[in-house]
Amino acid sequence: MPLLRVQGLSFSYRDRRVLTDVSFSLERGEVLGVVGPNGSGKTTLLRCLDRILDPEGDVRLDGRDLSAMSRTEIARTIAYVPQSGGALNPVTVFETVLMGRRPYLRWSVSEEDKRKVSEALSLLGIGGFASRRADRLSGGERQRVLIARALAQDARLLLLDEPTSALDLRNQIEVMALLRRLADERRLAVVAAIHDLNLAARYCHRIVMLKEGRVLGEGAPSSLLTGEMMRAVYGVEAAVKDEMGVPYVVPLRPSDDGVEVV
Amino acid sequence: MMTDFGRQEYARLTEKRALFIAALILILAALVGVAVTLGSANLPVADSYLAILAGLFPEAVDLPDRMVESNAVGIVWGWRLHRVLFAIVAGFGLAIAGTVMQGVLRNPLASPFTLGIASAASCGASVAIILGAGFLSGYLVIGNAFLFAMLAAGAIYGMARLKGMGSETMILAGIALMYLFSAVTSFLQYLGTSEKVQEVVFWMFGSLDKSSWPKLGLVTVVVVAVVPLLLWRAWDLNALAEGDETAKSLGVPVERSMAGFMLAASLVTAVIICFTGTIGFIGLVAPHITRMVIGADHRTLIPASGLVGAVILLGADCLARTVIPGAIIPVGIMTAFLGIPFFVYLFMRRRDA
Repeated sequence: MPLLRVQGLSFSYRDRRVLTDVSFSLERGEVLGVVGPNGSGKTTLLRCLDRILDPEGDVRLDGRDLSAMSRTEIARTIAYVPQSGGALNPVTVFETVLMGRRPYLRWSVSEEDKRKVSEALSLLGIGGFASRRADRLSGGERQRVLIARALAQDARLLLLDEPTSALDLRNQIEVMALLRRLADERRLAVVAAIHDLNLAARYCHRIVMLKEGRVLGEGAPSSLLTGEMMRAVYGVEAAVKDEMGVPYVVPLRPSDDGVEVV
Repeated sequence: MMTDFGRQEYARLTEKRALFIAALILILAALVGVAVTLGSANLPVADSYLAILAGLFPEAVDLPDRMVESNAVGIVWGWRLHRVLFAIVAGFGLAIAGTVMQGVLRNPLASPFTLGIASAASCGASVAIILGAGFLSGYLVIGNAFLFAMLAAGAIYGMARLKGMGSETMILAGIALMYLFSAVTSFLQYLGTSEKVQEVVFWMFGSLDKSSWPKLGLVTVVVVAVVPLLLWRAWDLNALAEGDETAKSLGVPVERSMAGFMLAASLVTAVIICFTGTIGFIGLVAPHITRMVIGADHRTLIPASGLVGAVILLGADCLARTVIPGAIIPVGIMTAFLGIPFFVYLFMRRRDA
């Protein structure tokens, strides 16, 4: 049984349809990249999967109907890492990561909670600044803190909204490699919305391609990222090269029949 | 050991928080000791304390004649003690209300004052004083102030409900209400006779002159009922501070808890300021001061900022009663004179660091 199975998921903000009939599934230990142009519904999809939004359709987590689970149950299984735009809350890094224990905490903080926080910090290589203030971190540090919080949450499914968009080159590949390692070693399932196709191709097992709220394609990066797909989804002429088995997309120019016409 | 990252620092932080709270309790106790000896009646310090004991254990304490003559027991119990305790409870409650509002709305400017609740109370009091219209005859001013304050809170909640429960919506709704109620108050003052207007103005200064045992009892009951609830849900406040989405993904029912927190904070504010007039400043500053010292974990931030608020209000009232002999400066003015320079000092120092 897959860890996550999504069937016929649709969502509308008031009268605007954002997602239409989205279906896919996800196994343990798998990194799934969600790619697509701006406004294609990537963020909304992640929010629906964590039931921050309530979609129509059938979402099953370990075979259980997500809409029948309590908030706390969901929080113990799924961790959501929002796009890190603004600064974090002015508390210490340790306390920020400790928030990941919220689904388990009683009023006081137990030994186990503290141990899990320390573990998450050390796994992310940020144990050194546990007592620094979270609102004074750089983009790369901030992203690591948020991922550490998700790990402290003991979730089996991580949802990340553009985890690399605010990062420099080195931090981008470090964060993606870390996600891949968590999937490979800890059998976590990861869904990440990603803009950078080449980063997605390199680190994701599979990719779901969204356009205007619909799934245009799903599969391994090498089968999905083709010149045709780039034209259909982004309206871009692109050369797709092969770099040691990983597709590498080089955008050339906007297609003549641009996306606006569609 | 690998799994020790940050744990020592966290233990130290926890210790620091406990120490801060203990220190505040000591300061507050010392302040109470001073406050009960202050007053226009010029009782000797020892007599004041003896009077307290005499009130508690009438049989056990032998009153000297001079104290019977000076009616020391009557003065201390009838005038001073409830005022001192009222300052503590009111300062505690206002500070906690501000802490909760800032936490829920993730905005350092949120307070009962900036959200229009205080100006709604002023407006209600003005209606009672100038038009003589109101809801609780006999307690017209108090009843109106309370009702208008809760009305404002309800209106903020209603608007937020319609427009989506965002913190920005609530703050904008609060600011809009603040201007609306201020305008109505001004209009009433324009209509009123000069004596009535003066009464309104004096009400709006905020003071503890009208404190009494029954009022103290009522306010205490509300504060004592609400504070444990807030403490119990302190983790939800911590999660909300991380953002609505994050809070939701951590299992917090965001809309429901936001509404609950705002209601609790508004209730505490309303029940206090309907008796005191607007003492708006404490709700803004006490949480800030506390957060700067011990950080933003609401489990300790709530009680600690409550104590800071109590210290500020009681300290301000002591000064207000003594700084000009024979006159009592309204404590609302005094808190601002005292607290704002201190606040600015802390703020500037922090920016340097």
